[in-house]
Amino acid sequence: MSTRLAKGGRLIDRSTAQGFTFNGRHMKGFAGDTLAAALLANDQMLVGRSFKYHRPRGVVASGPEEPNALVNLGTAARLEPNQRATVTELFDGLEAASQNHWPSLDFDVGVLNNYAARMLPAGFYYKTFIHPRPFWKHMFEPVIRQSAGLGRAPKDRDADRYEQAYAHCDVLVIGGGIAGLQAALVAGRAGRRLWLIEQASHWGGRAPVDGLSINGQPADAWVAATVAELSSLPNVTLRLRCTGAGVYDHGYVLADERVADHTPGDGRPKHRLWRLRAGRIVTATGAIERPLSFAGNDIPGVMLAGAVRDFVVNFAVSPGDRTVVVTNNDDAYRTAIALKQAGLDVPVIVDARARADGVLPQAARAMGIRVETGRAIAKVKGGKRVTGVALCLQAGEGAVQEEVACDAVAMSGGWSPVVHLWSHCGGKLTWDDAQVCFRPDPAQPPITHDGSAMVIAAGAANGVLDEAGLLADATAAGAAAAGIAAPEAPGVDNPTAPATEPVWIMPQGAPVALRSKMWLDYQNDVKVSDVQLAAREGYESVEHTKRYTTLGMATDQGKLSNINGLAVLSQALNEAIPQVGTTTFRPPYTPVTLGALAGEARGEIFQPLRRTPIHGWHEDQGAYFEPVGLWRRPYCFPRAGESHEKAVHREILNVRQNVGLLDASTLGKIIVRGPDAGRFLDMLYTGVMSSLPVGKCRYGLMCNENGFLIDDGVVARIDDQTFLCHTTTGGADRIHAHMEDWLQCEWWDWQVFTANVTEQYAQVAVVGPKARALLEKLGGMDVSKEALPFMTFADGTLGGFPVRAYRISFSGELSYEIAVPASHGLAFWQACLAAGADLGLMPYGTEALHVLRAEKGFIMIGDETDGTVIPQDLGLGWAISKKKADYLGKRGQERSFLTDPDRWRLVGLETLDGSVIPDGAYAVDAGVNPNGQRNVQGRVTSTYFSPTLGRGIAMGLIRRGPERMGETVEFPKVGGGSVMARIVDPVFHDKDGEKQNV
Amino acid sequence: MSEPASALGHATFDGFASIREIGPLGMITLRARPDTPGLAQAVHRALGLEMPAVRRIVRQGDRAVGWMAPDEWLLILPYAQVGDTLDRLREALGAAHHLAVDVSDARAVFRIEGPKAAEVLMKLTPADLSALAPGELRRSRAAQVACAFWADEAGFTLVSFRSVAGYVMGLLGHSAQAGSALFPS
Repeated sequence: MSTRLAKGGRLIDRSTAQGFTFNGRHMKGFAGDTLAAALLANDQMLVGRSFKYHRPRGVVASGPEEPNALVNLGTAARLEPNQRATVTELFDGLEAASQNHWPSLDFDVGVLNNYAARMLPAGFYYKTFIHPRPFWKHMFEPVIRQSAGLGRAPKDRDADRYEQAYAHCDVLVIGGGIAGLQAALVAGRAGRRLWLIEQASHWGGRAPVDGLSINGQPADAWVAATVAELSSLPNVTLRLRCTGAGVYDHGYVLADERVADHTPGDGRPKHRLWRLRAGRIVTATGAIERPLSFAGNDIPGVMLAGAVRDFVVNFAVSPGDRTVVVTNNDDAYRTAIALKQAGLDVPVIVDARARADGVLPQAARAMGIRVETGRAIAKVKGGKRVTGVALCLQAGEGAVQEEVACDAVAMSGGWSPVVHLWSHCGGKLTWDDAQVCFRPDPAQPPITHDGSAMVIAAGAANGVLDEAGLLADATAAGAAAAGIAAPEAPGVDNPTAPATEPVWIMPQGAPVALRSKMWLDYQNDVKVSDVQLAAREGYESVEHTKRYTTLGMATDQGKLSNINGLAVLSQALNEAIPQVGTTTFRPPYTPVTLGALAGEARGEIFQPLRRTPIHGWHEDQGAYFEPVGLWRRPYCFPRAGESHEKAVHREILNVRQNVGLLDASTLGKIIVRGPDAGRFLDMLYTGVMSSLPVGKCRYGLMCNENGFLIDDGVVARIDDQTFLCHTTTGGADRIHAHMEDWLQCEWWDWQVFTANVTEQYAQVAVVGPKARALLEKLGGMDVSKEALPFMTFADGTLGGFPVRAYRISFSGELSYEIAVPASHGLAFWQACLAAGADLGLMPYGTEALHVLRAEKGFIMIGDETDGTVIPQDLGLGWAISKKKADYLGKRGQERSFLTDPDRWRLVGLETLDGSVIPDGAYAVDAGVNPNGQRNVQGRVTSTYFSPTLGRGIAMGLIRRGPERMGETVEFPKVGGGSVMARIVDPVFHDKDGEKQNV
Repeated sequence: MSEPASALGHATFDGFASIREIGPLGMITLRARPDTPGLAQAVHRALGLEMPAVRRIVRQGDRAVGWMAPDEWLLILPYAQVGDTLDRLREALGAAHHLAVDVSDARAVFRIEGPKAAEVLMKLTPADLSALAPGELRRSRAAQVACAFWADEAGFTLVSFRSVAGYVMGLLGHSAQAGSALFPS
């Protein structure tokens, strides 16, 4: 059984006990433990179930590469699924639960899949669930989805806060092991603005565990001294618990800092996503140990040799009294030595190599450890934990020579440099035959803006797996990043070299019965036999094999399985490993929680909410809002007990009968000024603006170069050189950019300046037969028909406010739009409300605005237009100048398709039964198209119930519409039935426009 | 007439830095080509300040002139003096092609103060604050919206559009929350 040793543990503080629960069971650990260490200390070897076969799973690694020990961490608003126990720092009160089992971890029904494994080979889903076709959607997929997935998705709103931050540096070093520290020291001493980040909660990486000595000091002491010096440099920033997640173009790096994972609820942000911009990036990300493929290598208790060493040395956790070490390299001997030194038993070191004569094997033999070379594990014995191993010859087919009882197996298949960050942005790899690994190809680095190397790999991450050259490589990397000559490097006093030999299957001639028990991907249950089957079925590309077998597609993204899998594939295809190649390394290196990616963007500040100066008043009135771009505009102002529909009807009738007040502040307002302003606007609008007299207003249409209508609005001429162009609410920024685009890129010699003054003014529409009476009560300027006729404006004061009053109407009623400085907007609105109290004044919202304009046949950009409509389609030929030589869109509108007399054109639609045509309905025509769908001859663009007329009204685009007045067209409804409508003039109310002109 | 109201009524937030919404400040957008004859004299006559260099802001008391773009400057002055200043400016520039408009009400202005004020902005703007030159007016963004800011002895002044004042205040408050300093001392 696994347990806590009486002594040792360089990272734990035995004086601080911490209580936690696993599946509701209370357990105890120490400050400094990871959850995995604490679970093992409590003899919790079984920590989860695999994805497909629900096989028992135990801790296999000690770092972020862990595929098995995934837990649901926390509860309710702090529940996080798929958290790796090996990188979860223990804290008092931690609650963890295992995943992917039912009804319990120890007894799991899903394990039945395991016994049916023979029937569930690679590609099982693709092969089985393809016929009959409809079964997939209605039967197979729902059932498979039920049983898929590992952790539970949280249901509660996340209780924690997250943030992002930007930082800039000359050199970013990722990885705080001895290579990263040395590279940082070199660049830091050279005065470069430097960041050094490390994913773990401590510095130094593996070196202290491996017992290295540097310049005569134990690694721990060297690390402490180096960190102390770096901390003292003002140009250096150090961050622990900060993972380099992704490397992108131009030195952009995402780093995920786990600020408060280990101190939940202390008020600090849980994670902080750093968005770093670095001149040069040094990846000192170390290496990850590979498992060996032998039968039963997934049974809990089989662990990576380096992980066993970490648990013993760092946390004083013993994986069991007797640990068999199995290896193809010298490095694993360190584990045997560490176990022995901790007073534990190593019955045998099984070394697949023919010879093992390095420093470490010699040391192991000297300690009396039995070493068997040329031998392999035929199979591991045990179910939910290891009970022993059967040994055989590596060269043979697995005939058992001997059985050895043990509690754990420490395996090492060699080390793979962590090349992920090097590869994210295009760095290429080269296969190193001597060291049996892919390593960065220094001739093909990811490059930055000037073609130089953006990323420099250092130490083990650069493929320097022997300690003799490690610090020299790191020194060179730091110097290269800093742009200086490399200073003298410190040396490792007791270097070793792993002397790895390629061993991909153990034993090499294993029959299928053994190969189908050799796990490559522990989480997704991909075995050696699955990859071999895929190869036989023609999956030659490693990318295809990955997707077919799901190898490396688990949450660990194949950190343990990829190299082993592609080696097996290359053997099956009889090709060299570099010819098969790797799958693509994509960010993030380890999972980044969605909260960190969202950062501050949630709740109230999820996205910018634009508010007019009067917005708060609308809220206080209980207005029902609708989004219009990033604004929220009142849709209507319902009274107590009133439905939205009723409120809209009331507001409309009140505008027609009394007077209404609309917050029109969101309308775009752009000042255009200069000697060429008139000429400029003549090009932008389809009509003529240069002839507009000072003090007058004119409605204009704007098209893009293709001729399609993009915006409309009223233009006012302020003075000889100055115009104010109103745009739609959504058009303000877009049209301002459109203007600047033409002025800066095409007509740069025209003397025109523009300014977007949309937000400078609150604009209040005062609309209805009593509008003038209201303004006269406010007093201050003459708003009579004579002084301020329709389509004019005047500057003055109303109720003491400085205003510009426009006589324009979007409703067909007597109407003024009053612009006041935004800082006075709310006060002016309230002054209007007070003055209008006895005139029947009511505020109205956007829905009433829409219906009012539809009753008058006024078009709305976005309703009557959709980017494919030209003004001529809308009967707006009157607003297009025939005299002008050119305007934006003129040539476009002359294209044959746009002059086709069969185009759908705007008409009014009056339902025969008075009902309302459904929004978006199409008018059907005789016959069907080649797809068997009904032919269509038009569609509805705006459709409302008109309270003024007491019936449904609509506008629509109908083929040759204006030529077909009085004809009836049919609009089918969703769910059956049709609405019949007569084609009529789009102006339903006050056709002669007498009401607006009083 | 009522007193001019700032967008948020001088809202404040205190965390590891303090946030205040101030204003409204008088602001004038002046657009002209930099070689416009009499431009510097006109600005001097209107505000008593020299023209700033590219990406700089010249400040004196409650007045300032900031460089916004190759043909655009931002004039800052007391709110009540905007009308007279605009008149003086237009008169001085005369027939020279220019555009001068009052944008005082279109903006919201914030102060971020305290020794760690920069750490609040570091969470919101991709601009490299440590590379901010003395007297630099930096146009950038704060999370999802446009902003401009400059530093002084006590902290930063940040200008955004008025309609998003609530959003910007939310951002600043979130970023200045106690305990969330980027470099806790």
